[in-house]
Amino acid sequence: MNLRRIMMVLIFACTTILAGCQPLKVLDPKGPQARTTANVIWISIGTMAVVVLVVIAMFAYLIIKYRASKQEEDYEPPHIEGSLKLELIWTAIPVVIVAFLSVVTIISTFKVEDVPEGYSKEPLVIYASSSNWKWHFSYPNEDIETVNYLYIPTDRPVQFKLYSYGPISSFWIPQLGGQKYAMADMVNTLNLAADVPGEYSGRNANFTGEGFAEQTFSVNAVSPQEYTDWVEEVKTTADVLTKEKFGELLQPGHLGQSTFKGTHLTFSPPPENHQMGEKSTEKMDTDMNEMNMGDMEDMDHSNMSQ
Amino acid sequence: MNFFDRFAVPNPSITIYASMIAIALTVIAIIAGLTYFKKWQYVWSEWLTTVDHKRIGIMYLISALIMLFRGGADAIMMRAQTAVPDNTLLGAKEYNEIFTTHGVVMIIFMAMAFIMALMNFAIPLQIGARDVAFPRLNALSYWLYFFGAMLFNISFVIGGSPDSGWSSYFPLAGTDFSQSVGTNYYMLALQISGLGTLLTGINFITTILKMRAPGMTLMKMPMFVWSALVTNFIIVFAFPVLTVALAMGTMDRLFGTNFFTTENGGMDMLWANLFWVWGHPEVYILILPAFGIYSEIISTFARRNLYGYKSMVISMVAISLLSFLVWVHHFFTMGQGALVNSIFSVTTMVIAVPTGIKIFNWLFTLRKGKIEFTVPMLYTLGFIPIFTIGGVTGVMLAMASADYQYHNTMFLVAHFHLVIIPGVVFAMIAGLTYWWPKMFGFMLNERIGKWAFWFIAIGVCVTFFPMFISGLNGQARRMYTYSESTGFGIWNMISFVGALGLLVGFILIVYNIYYSTRYSPRNIPGDPWDARSLEWATPTPVPEYNFAVIPHVDSSEAFWDYKKKGYQLFRDPVQSIHMPNNSGLPIIIGAGFFVWGFAFVFGIWPVVILSTLFIFGCLAYRSLEKDHGHYIPVSDIEIDEQGGSVQ
Repeated sequence: MNLRRIMMVLIFACTTILAGCQPLKVLDPKGPQARTTANVIWISIGTMAVVVLVVIAMFAYLIIKYRASKQEEDYEPPHIEGSLKLELIWTAIPVVIVAFLSVVTIISTFKVEDVPEGYSKEPLVIYASSSNWKWHFSYPNEDIETVNYLYIPTDRPVQFKLYSYGPISSFWIPQLGGQKYAMADMVNTLNLAADVPGEYSGRNANFTGEGFAEQTFSVNAVSPQEYTDWVEEVKTTADVLTKEKFGELLQPGHLGQSTFKGTHLTFSPPPENHQMGEKSTEKMDTDMNEMNMGDMEDMDHSNMSQ
Repeated sequence: MNFFDRFAVPNPSITIYASMIAIALTVIAIIAGLTYFKKWQYVWSEWLTTVDHKRIGIMYLISALIMLFRGGADAIMMRAQTAVPDNTLLGAKEYNEIFTTHGVVMIIFMAMAFIMALMNFAIPLQIGARDVAFPRLNALSYWLYFFGAMLFNISFVIGGSPDSGWSSYFPLAGTDFSQSVGTNYYMLALQISGLGTLLTGINFITTILKMRAPGMTLMKMPMFVWSALVTNFIIVFAFPVLTVALAMGTMDRLFGTNFFTTENGGMDMLWANLFWVWGHPEVYILILPAFGIYSEIISTFARRNLYGYKSMVISMVAISLLSFLVWVHHFFTMGQGALVNSIFSVTTMVIAVPTGIKIFNWLFTLRKGKIEFTVPMLYTLGFIPIFTIGGVTGVMLAMASADYQYHNTMFLVAHFHLVIIPGVVFAMIAGLTYWWPKMFGFMLNERIGKWAFWFIAIGVCVTFFPMFISGLNGQARRMYTYSESTGFGIWNMISFVGALGLLVGFILIVYNIYYSTRYSPRNIPGDPWDARSLEWATPTPVPEYNFAVIPHVDSSEAFWDYKKKGYQLFRDPVQSIHMPNNSGLPIIIGAGFFVWGFAFVFGIWPVVILSTLFIFGCLAYRSLEKDHGHYIPVSDIEIDEQGGSVQ
């Protein structure tokens, strides 16, 4: 155990020093989901470091000890078939390691797929859709929409509904949690939350063609009060998102950030299939009902029939 | 689009024009050279029409080396482009074409061909056979591969290369988002060469199961033969999936079907599933023969028998079964839910168990050995630590929750290069160096070989280790550039330096081939490495029929027993030998497929129909042809064997 801790400290020291004292984004979490994955990554790095060290130590010992130049000219290596005992040992040890990592994986995977625990508020639902090469964020309850930037309140779960107006894209905010695909024929759900206020970078991580590299967005995590203020401000100052305007936004290319009143969900609803095996279906249904939007009813039915 | 417009390259640049000229000059030089030296007859009758597994192996080898440099040039351009932030060396479109062709060329046309080269050359020799089960089919496999590769490579100068990634995900690869003919090339070139691979699979399973020397039971086969048997079973089960997926993709692109579209009931996720149902076993198609080669080399140069033969075999079979149960780990992020992801995480991690068994068996083969650090052994020893690092990062990627953060990042790129390069590329260079004297009758220079090894081994680490860090810092893969504020610059610069080291290593290998061809002594014995398996029981150069007398075997190291214990390998009298005749049909059918594929890419339907009829005509001709091969009389065999070294 001690060895593992030393290794972890060493690796951490190396990576941070090398990175110019700036922690790597994935290992510098700002929310519960990213924290869970960062912990999983550290556990796996620690375990794997032990494996690598054992193999390399054995390897170095063997090639130094049994090199030909160290041996008698007439030394004839013996014929050894193998050893059931030894071979069982190096089957059993990996099985134990894999079992351990499997338990870690299963627990953490269910955890990061679910709505993060420990928050009193209901999740904020945001529809995040990609088009070549932009991100559109619709806030159905607030009835506003942004392009290429997000405002989210801290200390409240955020539930992203992901889909695409083009190729498969992958929605990723490294410091808040792992990524998930946005696809044209299915809506995926990604549960995140931010604990620390700040501006985080997000991007599409899945190759979508010519403008892929610049398909980024920024995430502003602000206090709930600031968030409410921002929503109010948008509602009073922003232009209304019309069908024509949204059609223009969908044209391939890059855009800066922009803000609208109303969402495209009313005239360009998301695809009807939802993520299978979704655990938060009930919650989502209540969100949907709260939204009270007639054109969303189709989706409600598709959920209920699942 | 105008008919002729489609033949133009969509984004021409100086590199493309330069390569057009280079291709033209090379073709002219080859034609002129063959004509000037009056070698047409020789090339046609000795090589292009050959059905000899050794020569087919050498042709695969040459093709694989050429493709290695094509794919390597792509790699250097990618590393150069990303070496500094906001670089403008390449544009997004060129970069996208380059990383796509880099992936396809390296996996399909380099690594696969390299494996085919070594399997073709060594397997019949190792099992004491005179050729493969279906020699002419074997030639057809090669020519399908060759013309598939050529079709893929001309996309660069005619019509444009594919640019939607080597995994070619729909709908990006569909006509909505990829209008140029590039993805048509991808679909058809892979289809043609995949067909060749499938035929090889059938051929080698039959060869290994039916043509082993008397006494060589399955558990007495050399480990490379075992790995080839398992690999070819994977090929036969996995490649039909690719065939079907490519056919569906081709129909979506050319006939307007809706298999992978996002409307009318199409499902883009289906392509990803089909691709990886083939794609993951494909990874093991590459790595298992490499494991076989390492097993041969490690026991040769540790001067010991392979430790734990049985568990080596069992672990390979286990890996081959598991390889079909893990494909979802390529898209944990597709939203199939925590339960499905957990199941596939566990199946993926379980692969670490048989792989670990193999690593420890190799380590224990070194124990009590007498290790000689020859060039093949250096690559084998270099493989163990680097592959272990690549392998354990694979276990990390297998953990679904963590994979949400690694997916599509440079971390993944680092992982798979650190398993494929030490796993496959090292094995290929090691195998090439190891079997080179048997192929060509002289040794490669050890000194230059060692220099090349150190450049390549260190180059790999310097190139790919920094990517773990930039990946964890949020660098997605396949980005043609990034801004300075991201902080990725330093890691990418280190990678570029490492890539230059790799380049030097590979140039040294080429120089070594040139140097050794000129200066290496030619009077080498048939068994220069003091090795253990049957291929070394043949004289050098190996006669057409391999063995004048078929050997008898009663252990997995019969040749070693022959040398050390006085075991009698060759007991039967010399008899006349029945060998297959050469045939021009395979290359002609291959050329027919090339025309078919090219016409298909551009939708020139009359030519497609004509070439389809032509191909079927050739098949009919072959079915009705009476060709019983020829006999080599005893007198000729004895003349040949006088120069032989063993008997």
